[in-house]
Amino acid sequence: MERSSASLWRKINSRYNMVGNECTNCGKAYFPPRLVCKDCGRKSKMQSKKFNGTGEVYSYSKIHVPTDAFKDSAPYTVGIIKLDEGPLVEGHIIDDGKGVNIGMRVKSAFRRMDVDGEEGLIYYHFKFVPE
Amino acid sequence: MRDVAIIGVGLTKFGERWESGLRELMAEAGLAALEDANVESKDVEIVYGGTMASGRFIGQEHVAALLADQLGFKNIPAVRIENACASGGSALRQGYMAVASGMYNLVAVGGVEKMTDATSTEATTALGGAGDQEWELSQGITFPGLYALMARRHMYEYGTTVEQMASVAVKNHDNACKNKYAQFHKKFTISDILNSKVVADPLRILDCSPISDGAAAVILAPLEIAKKYTDTPIHIIGSAQASDTLGLSDRDKITEIKATKIAAEDAFRQAKISSKDVNVLEVHDCFTIAEILAMEDMGFYKKGQAAKAIEDGETTLNSKISVNTSGGLKGCGHPVGATGIKQAVEVTLQLRGEAGERQVNGAEIGVTHNVGGSGATSVVHVMKRHN
Amino acid sequence: MSGIIGYGSYVPNHRITVEEIARVWGEDPESIKNGLNIKEKSVPSRDEDAATIAVEAARKAVYHSGIDAKEIGAIYVGSESHPYAVKPTATIVSEAISAGHNFTASDLEFACKAGTAGMQMLMGMTDSNMIKYGMTIGADTSQGRPGDALEYTASAGGAAFIIGKEKKEQIAELITTVSYTSDTPDFWRREGAGFPSHGGRFTGEPGYFRHITKATELLFEKTGMKANDFDYAVFHQPNGKFPILVAKKLGFEMKQIEHGLITPVIGNTYSGASLIGLAATLDHAKPREKILVTSFGSGAGSDSFAIEVREAIEEKRKRSDKVHEMISKNKVYIDYSNYLKSRGSIKKK
Repeated sequence: MERSSASLWRKINSRYNMVGNECTNCGKAYFPPRLVCKDCGRKSKMQSKKFNGTGEVYSYSKIHVPTDAFKDSAPYTVGIIKLDEGPLVEGHIIDDGKGVNIGMRVKSAFRRMDVDGEEGLIYYHFKFVPE
Repeated sequence: MRDVAIIGVGLTKFGERWESGLRELMAEAGLAALEDANVESKDVEIVYGGTMASGRFIGQEHVAALLADQLGFKNIPAVRIENACASGGSALRQGYMAVASGMYNLVAVGGVEKMTDATSTEATTALGGAGDQEWELSQGITFPGLYALMARRHMYEYGTTVEQMASVAVKNHDNACKNKYAQFHKKFTISDILNSKVVADPLRILDCSPISDGAAAVILAPLEIAKKYTDTPIHIIGSAQASDTLGLSDRDKITEIKATKIAAEDAFRQAKISSKDVNVLEVHDCFTIAEILAMEDMGFYKKGQAAKAIEDGETTLNSKISVNTSGGLKGCGHPVGATGIKQAVEVTLQLRGEAGERQVNGAEIGVTHNVGGSGATSVVHVMKRHN
Repeated sequence: MSGIIGYGSYVPNHRITVEEIARVWGEDPESIKNGLNIKEKSVPSRDEDAATIAVEAARKAVYHSGIDAKEIGAIYVGSESHPYAVKPTATIVSEAISAGHNFTASDLEFACKAGTAGMQMLMGMTDSNMIKYGMTIGADTSQGRPGDALEYTASAGGAAFIIGKEKKEQIAELITTVSYTSDTPDFWRREGAGFPSHGGRFTGEPGYFRHITKATELLFEKTGMKANDFDYAVFHQPNGKFPILVAKKLGFEMKQIEHGLITPVIGNTYSGASLIGLAATLDHAKPREKILVTSFGSGAGSDSFAIEVREAIEEKRKRSDKVHEMISKNKVYIDYSNYLKSRGSIKKK
């Protein structure tokens, strides 16, 4: 699926570096970043926050039937990671065929997410690997 | 607020409708509903059409106008409603509000999806848009993948087993065998489900609702004039809807659909009923785990207890509570935009006593439950036979 | 005088053995293992490329150095497998280490020595006070044509070095550098070609050996030092055999090169090779020890460096991800079909 390069570029800091945010009104941390705090609404005061990318597997699934963009890489494992700073975040887990389990410690890595065909852009993203 | 009734229902056969396009499906269900309600095309005052991704599946947007056009609803307002897999239920609620408000008397509500013209990866991509495109779909987290994540955590927290999930599919396929509109007329065993192809582990293909074509329609009118059109109006006594974060991981919990809890509580309160009063229930079983979540979130079972109850047969036809008598999304098929309306059609038929061999004995009160995405939208309706 | 203030390296954890490749082509694995002095090589996963390797190495280097990445004034990435023909790898790295935007950057290509060429550029830039810190990276996911001798060695990995002038921050001083360069077409890849070509045995004597020897002798001449003045030596290592031969020819002993000889267990990481070797040597080195590094890039040229380890290495050592530990951790052996799959040689419909 060809996408606009701008759609990748505008969230590049979050996708590369796990930069989310937190509401300084209530202290709740978010990844991906939100414009408005879920609890504080209009009163929220959001400030950017870099997550260190470590946490534990909260849930996971190996995807065998992929979307268009991932048809060359299936099967692949995705999961929800509970970051050490609190939020749950969805991402790929690279298990190297060794299996994943709930509670397993992971850290973020920098990988290719997908590519737009033979000639299109390459999309880089955080993924999770065993710590 | 005026009381609102369903005075006519129409349905197409669900499944791989190779010979029918979107407009043929809409017209087939729409005409059936007009016929059932004994209403002329020209008498309809407004139409709401629910469809999720017609633009993605067949390149057609502006579907409500097309619906009005094809059914000869000359120049009336036509509004498309899109809320992912809850498009149908959301459209029904808009129709309900249009009548309840006093603004319109005869309202048509349709739901449709023509899915089989797309390849399965195209369909997977389109359905993935029901979740968070920017952070889920862009990472290849498919729609079954989201429910798989919920299932895995539910298994971890409550000991839910793959056999229990499979029992949902077995039950719903059994029911579908008794429904001529259903996509599948084939019984499956637990082992059939557990040996089917993995889609997003732990979910297998037979844990997932299929890719389907189909349409459904209802005609709504104020209860006070409903008897003019039908002997058995079905009174909508509760209509509620709630939303939650689009992204799964932004939720407080992934082992419940909070929007369902809120919508069900609200709808039951409006209807002045409790879960014990419900005789027939159409829930959104897009995946087997989804029916388990729904039974817990709507208060029929405590968290962590629905799976065993379903496995024990408490929700089969004419047992403790009859769930997904149509076959559900699993057995009857899931033409996404049509599903929420089809649920209302099924409950209407049950409450009228017209459900044939799948009739629930003495059905008085029925509930429909339609979910969008991984739970970002939930719509619950409570219906009662009006004597 | 400029020096190294931090470094980091990264090698993908997948491995394929010589036996497995030889099995497919009906070759005798023992003769290849002995001939090339190589056991196995690293293989990038489908989702790894020179940019992801460069980023992983760069992040470790920033952490190891203890500096704020925003103080880096120049980023150079040397590779012969940049993911894009046009669009810099260096900008991907800069964003992924949050280097801000006030820096210059460029991708470099000089076969296997572009990373050390970047180091020379940064020496000039820091010594002249043009920038405070600079980062050079050598990273590759090199390709060997199936069935070609290169297939046993062409691997993936990279290392990043941060160069700065502030003495007390330096873990090692770059005493001096010299190069020896000529137009020698021993190995090349044309624009758009999927695999490199090479001149067979022509890559040896007129390529590798001549350039490394000449550059190292020039360094001896310039510094007045001899082989036995160095505690360690690192030579480019296209296989496990060449660096041993060239070391012997230049008067070095095995114990001087063994810490930095990594190719036998990870293969030839091309632009990463001499820099990973240097990183592994620094992991072990003590203050005031001296290291000689001579890289080689086909086409052809060699950069030679005289390096003296400084006190700060001890304090920064706790933040280093040591090469020998990294490359033996979490290894996953793959077979030839998965090797082809992860290299993108087998495509689904």
